[in-house]
Amino acid sequence: MTTSADSNALLPTQLIAERFGLDVAALEATLGAALARRADFADLFFEHRVLHSVSLDEGIVKKANQSIVQGVGVRVLAGEKTGYAFSDEISIDNLKLAAENARAIGATSDKSRSVDLRGTPTAPRHDLYPVESSALLPSLTDRAALLSRVDHAARSFDPRIKNVMASVAVEDKVVLVANSEGDLVADHQPLLRISVNCIAEDGAKRQQGSAGGGGRVAFGFLIDGEERALGFAREAARQAIVNLDATDAPAGEMNVVLGPGWPGVLLHEAVGHGLEGDFNRKGTSAFAKLLGESVASELCTVVDDGTIAARRGSLNVDDEGTPTQRNVLIEKGKLCGYLQDRLNAGLMGVPATGNGRRESFMHYPMPRMTNTFMLAGEDDPEDIIRSVDRGLYAVSFGGGQVDITSGKFVFSASEAYRIEGGKLAGPVKGATLIGNGPDVMKRITRVGSDLALDDGVGTCGKDGQSVPVGVGLPTIRIDGITVGGTQA
Amino acid sequence: MSTHDGSTTDLVDLALETARSAGASDADAVYVEWTSGAALVRLGEVETVKMSRERRLGIRCFAGKASAMASTADLTGDAIEPFVRSVVEMASIVAPDPDSGLPPASDLAADAPELALADEAGDSISPDDRVRLATRCEAAALGVDPRLTNSEGAEFSHSGSRIAYGSSTGFRGRYRTTGYGISVAPVATDGDEMQRDSWSDSSRAYARLAEPESVGRIAADRTLRRLNAKKVPTQTIPVVFDPISAASLLRHLASAVCGGALYHRASFLLDKMGEQVASPDVTVIDDGRLEGGLASRPFDGEGLATRRNVVVEDGRLASYLLDSYSARKLGMSSTANASRSVGDAPGASPTNMYMAAGEHSAQDIIRSVDKGLYVTSLSGFGVNGVTGDYSRGAGGLWIENGELTHAVEEVTIAGNLLDMFRNIEMVGSDLEFRAGICAPTLLIGQMMLAGA
Repeated sequence: MTTSADSNALLPTQLIAERFGLDVAALEATLGAALARRADFADLFFEHRVLHSVSLDEGIVKKANQSIVQGVGVRVLAGEKTGYAFSDEISIDNLKLAAENARAIGATSDKSRSVDLRGTPTAPRHDLYPVESSALLPSLTDRAALLSRVDHAARSFDPRIKNVMASVAVEDKVVLVANSEGDLVADHQPLLRISVNCIAEDGAKRQQGSAGGGGRVAFGFLIDGEERALGFAREAARQAIVNLDATDAPAGEMNVVLGPGWPGVLLHEAVGHGLEGDFNRKGTSAFAKLLGESVASELCTVVDDGTIAARRGSLNVDDEGTPTQRNVLIEKGKLCGYLQDRLNAGLMGVPATGNGRRESFMHYPMPRMTNTFMLAGEDDPEDIIRSVDRGLYAVSFGGGQVDITSGKFVFSASEAYRIEGGKLAGPVKGATLIGNGPDVMKRITRVGSDLALDDGVGTCGKDGQSVPVGVGLPTIRIDGITVGGTQA
Repeated sequence: MSTHDGSTTDLVDLALETARSAGASDADAVYVEWTSGAALVRLGEVETVKMSRERRLGIRCFAGKASAMASTADLTGDAIEPFVRSVVEMASIVAPDPDSGLPPASDLAADAPELALADEAGDSISPDDRVRLATRCEAAALGVDPRLTNSEGAEFSHSGSRIAYGSSTGFRGRYRTTGYGISVAPVATDGDEMQRDSWSDSSRAYARLAEPESVGRIAADRTLRRLNAKKVPTQTIPVVFDPISAASLLRHLASAVCGGALYHRASFLLDKMGEQVASPDVTVIDDGRLEGGLASRPFDGEGLATRRNVVVEDGRLASYLLDSYSARKLGMSSTANASRSVGDAPGASPTNMYMAAGEHSAQDIIRSVDKGLYVTSLSGFGVNGVTGDYSRGAGGLWIENGELTHAVEEVTIAGNLLDMFRNIEMVGSDLEFRAGICAPTLLIGQMMLAGA
């Protein structure tokens, strides 16, 4: 890292001193102490995060908010055991105390071991989001002015838009990982997100629509060219207006076409979580022991890629300091890999895949997704819709959930249309789609050429930890999935 | 670095005094200290031990009718002043909001009742004790049946917090809470089929926490009964919600009666005050002062005395849940439901909210159904709070001639929340205060089930 020419690159040693008031020797001593019982590995995760948000409602920029989060987590691994302690007071005394607490999992008393932090990266570091802090966060006045333009754009879309709630959140985060193998890695992780929610009213009918986007980008992302932020405003307004005319959704098994982009949440729920290393090591995933087996139709190649520049789910290094990579999970229908953090990779005897992530210093890492998507196929998206005589075309989703043990997953449409005679008919109310991961993936019979990634709003929750993620999908056809409407 | 190590209210005083001298017209501040410890045991071995300590200070500053919020974990003596000054400056940039402001001093809580929220008895529980309790819980679960071959583990956790709140109108208050929790998630296997379920208990008092063995046995039963699950055909049927899934319905009702959803015009209960929004058998209470309640507190996030609000009385919508901001927006009075995280402005949310117990045993309710679904799990986010449209994944047991038969999975149930609450035909007598929001077993006359 010290050799990088990137002006934005962080010098870990300088960071420890400036942000946390410590030196490398203090870290080495803490790691050594953490290993004092019979432990295999120890790491320290330092975090300093400032979150700035501003929000608008009823045409007024009502709220401005700032939070400063900082702290350190100490982890000790011994076999399958994890000891974890954290503190938001970063001092040598607290580090020592945390190390003592974390090493409580060790069985036998032993002497402190010595650790030598090299301060040099073990693998080439990506530089996926070279954003200066100053370009990430313009003045509060500028951010407030953008929200007022967003409000205007949504209301001008249609007079039936009665309220607009919009917010811009900017996260400026610095992390530093030091471990007992001598790795010392730092990363600066910017994150920007705009969210727009519109309420439409027409007589007694009321509906909502939402849109948003962002990524690990400078604020300019929202205001470049034709002002991308205003596009999100109009999109949220459009969805609310479309839904005013939505009729009851159908109920039962039918053919469903998913539009490109955000409907990739299907992959996140149907296969992504089930392929996380922890569940497979423990044998509690429906995908356990299926490596090399067919788990999807031959048209499906699914990838988790943490290395796409500027995306919300991307990272230069994961939260254990491992560089992220592109991992092929399913290739032409065959299961070919799991998502791994250090602990589970070690126990399963495979390499870590750069998927060890955590919400903050208050949490220990777990295998998590980054940007998960299906590669494009060859079909014309319009042909795919034409191929369905009677079914559902879903283009936007609220969110999903999966029971990784039974493999059952759900995801809920927030904008969908009936397909009748190969043509799009009227909009239908939101409905939940439910299926079994491996079963539904085998029912994918058409894959479009129009792969798109989502706009950058996804957040994934697992065991109470939230992390930003991305999804993507080309238009696909699923032959027979249960749609949970109210109309038989 | 010198850390300010005075008492909790000293920090609140310091923040408020700094805000005043920086030019804020009004301010309020929250300080929270939180410690926790947990042990996770899986297949009889310790898998994870966790220990933590956090402290945060949050402050809201007003510049007339404009306000800004911030929170920080950097509580060193010389960090607080620039931090508070930056919030005052932010407030001067935000647009004035005519409805903003602190509640009047005359409304502030004058009493501070002892609500049994903290129990020091658990302070003597050592990290090794946590491991032993979790081990007992998991062993009890896995011992029930040989088909319970795997586990996501059992966890015992213990937490404590100190909360202080003060405002420039003169309020100062503080209280302590403790929490004890135990949970286990066994996995059952039968042929190619694998099912997982869980059970847990939590309490403010260690002595009132369920025995580890009883939590384990309930988790085992819930997991085993999911085996041999089938998808059933699409049809319209009566649905019985067990207390856990019934509580989730009440959470949707809670969101719809909270001030934020109402003044945003984003609630399916908008303009329904006084109307019949549920069956006459339904009464819903929100009580912020339930003794030992998991969501009890002596005062709300703005210093108002918490109280008991009847939200739905014999099916009629009787009260919204409001903080002082949403109350002003709606031309009403706060119901003392302001809740706030350290870093956010207050917003209305429920405290201990429950549906009053009815007369019927769960068994009688199931017996009354000729053919229908007994729901024990729900999944997904298919609830539209604006319209009340409801569509979620469901799992449970099929009811045939009043008897529970085989397990059901991979189906959805759908309807509209307003219709669903009005169609509640039976309310169970089995209310237990297991969480902040609780309900007894419920029977809803008719819903659309989508399946095979």
